[in-house]
Amino acid sequence: MRLPITAWASITHRASGVFIFVGMAVFLWALDASLRSPESYASLQECLTSPLAKFVIWAVLAGVIYHSLAGVKHLIMDFGIGESMPGGVLGARLVIGLSAVLIVLAGVWIW
Amino acid sequence: MVTAVTSFGRSGLSDWLVQRVSGVILLAYFLFMGYAVATGGDYASWKALFAQTWVKVFSLMALLSLAAHAWIGLWSVLTDYLTERLMGTTGNVLRITLQILIVLVLFVYVVWGVQILWGY
Repeated sequence: MRLPITAWASITHRASGVFIFVGMAVFLWALDASLRSPESYASLQECLTSPLAKFVIWAVLAGVIYHSLAGVKHLIMDFGIGESMPGGVLGARLVIGLSAVLIVLAGVWIW
Repeated sequence: MVTAVTSFGRSGLSDWLVQRVSGVILLAYFLFMGYAVATGGDYASWKALFAQTWVKVFSLMALLSLAAHAWIGLWSVLTDYLTERLMGTTGNVLRITLQILIVLVLFVYVVWGVQILWGY
């Protein structure tokens, strides 16, 4: 699909929002296990060493990172900053570029 | 009117504001949690962190913000794509069904979160 970068930034904001709505179940489950008892805390640590668990946490984290940056872009534009065609393109590029860097860093942190 | 009746605040202006305030609260909470996990020690110190009243209150605030934020956000998505104009009556049935499911899931998240925060 040939779409302007601003459209991709917008669609990804929506898609990541839908994705992390589901992903929050994983975070709540992890928070539950981490606070329930010393035993469940230890088994959570054990579980989080598996590549599949690491990937799931990283995927949800990636969604949160992108969604957050795109959200901050919205707030900045609400203040009237960058409300133009070049401003919108620059904002979309910054959000995509910055989140790509942060998502890679999150991956390095997890692995 | 049909779509406005299932919005969060029954007003676009109210939803616009709630979406932004809840978004800022959620971002602050995720940064806090990221820092807490990155600097976390053992079970005892993690448990002690969540034993503090301000952490419980902040977490509940984030949980309620999540419910409102997801409701408004998913409402925006559903009322854009699953509509009578695009899909006929099926659009309305599908949208309302999904909205009921979403609200149920968010209710479970809130109750589950309260159980985690005050139950252990």
